[in-house]
Amino acid sequence: MLSKEEILHIATLARIGVSEQDVEKYQHDLSEILDYFKKLDEVDVTGVEPIGHITGMQNTFRSDEHFDFGELGKEEIMKNVPEVKEGFIKVKSVL
Amino acid sequence: MIRDLHQKLINKEITSVQLTEQYFDVIEKNDAEIGAYLTLTKKLAMQQAQFVDEKIAKGEEIDLIEGIPCAIKDNICVDGVRTTAASKILDNYIAPYDATVIRKLKECGAVILGKTNLDEFAMGSSTENSAYKITKNPVDTSRVAGGSSGGSVASVAAGQAVWSLGTDTGGSIRQPASFCGVVGLKPTYGRVSRSGAIAMASSLDQIGPIAKRVEDVAIILSRISGQDLLDATSAKSSDKKYEDYLTGDISGKVIGVPKEYVESLEGEIKNIFEKSLEKFRTLGAKIETISLPHSEYALPTYYIIMTSEVSSNLAKFDGIKFGMRSDDNVDSDINENALPKKLLETYLDTRKIGFGDEVKRRIMLGTYALSAGYYDAYYLKAQKVRALIRRDFENAFKTVDFIYSPTAPEVAFKIGEKSADPLKMYLSDIFTITANLAGVPAISFPIGAIATDGKELPVGGQLMGKWFDEEGMLNCAHTYEINTKK
Repeated sequence: MLSKEEILHIATLARIGVSEQDVEKYQHDLSEILDYFKKLDEVDVTGVEPIGHITGMQNTFRSDEHFDFGELGKEEIMKNVPEVKEGFIKVKSVL
Repeated sequence: MIRDLHQKLINKEITSVQLTEQYFDVIEKNDAEIGAYLTLTKKLAMQQAQFVDEKIAKGEEIDLIEGIPCAIKDNICVDGVRTTAASKILDNYIAPYDATVIRKLKECGAVILGKTNLDEFAMGSSTENSAYKITKNPVDTSRVAGGSSGGSVASVAAGQAVWSLGTDTGGSIRQPASFCGVVGLKPTYGRVSRSGAIAMASSLDQIGPIAKRVEDVAIILSRISGQDLLDATSAKSSDKKYEDYLTGDISGKVIGVPKEYVESLEGEIKNIFEKSLEKFRTLGAKIETISLPHSEYALPTYYIIMTSEVSSNLAKFDGIKFGMRSDDNVDSDINENALPKKLLETYLDTRKIGFGDEVKRRIMLGTYALSAGYYDAYYLKAQKVRALIRRDFENAFKTVDFIYSPTAPEVAFKIGEKSADPLKMYLSDIFTITANLAGVPAISFPIGAIATDGKELPVGGQLMGKWFDEEGMLNCAHTYEINTKK
C-alpha cells in the first residue's frame, strides 16, 4: 500500500491538487492497480530490446523553417489563452 | 451505403442539402435520448452541402464521399469549432486549425454534422467518463455504447450520421462498434496522421473510421491515410484505394485463432463465434489454432505504457496556455497560501477541478511509473514485454494471414455496472489492446446478436492483419459480411 506521503509526492509531481479524502482514495486505487502491474515480474526480458517505434521507424527529419497554419491565424489561437497581456501569454508569479 | 448515396447525389434523386437536413432531423428526434453529440456544426455542414450541390448542378465530378454527412469524435480538431475531448478543462476551447484528417476530408467534400461524445480524453470503455453526458447504446438505451468512441459509434448505429471518425488507443473504436453492431477499423500504427487529434498515449493512438459496412470504412481509410509532416510517426503513403481490394474472395487464406483468447469464452458468445468460424471455412478459408504466449501480460503492459504516456501528454493542460483556469479569487482546500493564487496553486487547482476522476487516476499512475527509481521497473520493463508481444505476432503471421477472435468477451453492459471498479472496466479491452501494443491493423464487424431483455444485443468479431495489410484484412471482413447480410 502506498503511504500518504508517497501519494502527496506523486500528486505534486503530477501537479494535481488533492484533498485529505482524495489521498485515501488514491492510496487504495493506485495500490490495487500497481499490484496488478507486478504480474510483469514473471516475465524474463533478458536481452530483449525495448520497443521504440512499433513498426521500426527511425528518426524523421524536416527542413528547419517555420510555416503558418490554420486559416484563422494567431488571433484565434490567442483567444484560447486565459490571460493575455500586450499580445503575450501572461504567466502567474512563481514566488 | 456510401456508394448508394453517391449514386443518388449524382443522379439528382436527392441533394446534399436535403440529405444533410434529413440527418439533422434524426439527430433532433433521437439524440436527447442517445446523447451521441456534444456540438452540432449546422452552419459548417450546410455550407459544405451547398458547395457540393453547386458542383453537381454544374455537372462537375464529385468524390465518393463528397456531400455525405459524417460525425467527428470530439478529440479531433475542426478549425473554428469547440473541441472539448469531453473534458471540463477544454470546455471553452475553440480549435484554431484543422487536424490533418479533417483537412483531407474537407478537401474530399465531406459534410461534418458535429462533434461526438467520448470518455474524457478517450480514457474509458463505456463513454460514462464524459464530463458532459453518458452516451447510450441505440440498441438498448439501458446499456452503454462502449468506449471511448461511444458517441461516434452510437451516431452511426442510430442513423444520425452515415459514418464517423473515432480514435483507438486500446480498443476505443472496435469495442463500441462491437457493442452497437457496426463496423470499426483501427489502422496500422502510423497509417493515419494524428496531427490535430488530442493525444492520449502517443505510441498507441490511431484515428480510424466507423460505418455500417466494411466497404464504407475502406472508402474512408483511402481518404484519410498517408504520410504527414505534422506527425513524424506517420508512415509512408501507399496511395491505395482500399475499396478496390474488396474482391469477395478469401479462398486459401489462413485465419489463426489464438487459443489464449478463446479458451475462456462461454455461452452464446462462444456459439456465435464458432458459427462465424464455420462460415469462414465455407468461404474457403483455412482455420488454424495458434498461440500468442504473452497474451496474459498484455493488459498490465498496456496500462503501464498508456498511463505513463498519458501523464506526459496531459501535462500541457495547466491553466496558463489554453483551456480552463481555476478561479483566482476562490480559495481551495489544498493550499493555505494567500490569494491571489501563484503559479503552483493555479496548476494544482486547475487540474484538480478540470480533470475527472479517471483521468486523474491515470495521470497519477503514469507519474508514479515514470518517477525517479521506478522507470526501469515499470515503463522500461513494459516496453520490453511489448517487444515480446510483438514477437508473438511476428511468429503467428509466419503461418497465418489473419488473427481472429471476438472483439470483446461480452455484450454491452448496463450503465453503471462497472463504473465503480476500474480494474473490472479495464478487462473489457482484453482482446483489443494487443493490436495497439503490436501496432497491427484490426477491424470489428457484426457476427451475431444475443437476445436479452427483448433486445438483440450485437456481438462483434475482430480480425487483425499484418502490419500495413489493411486491404487483405478489409477484404476478409467484407467477404464475411456480403455472405451473411441480406
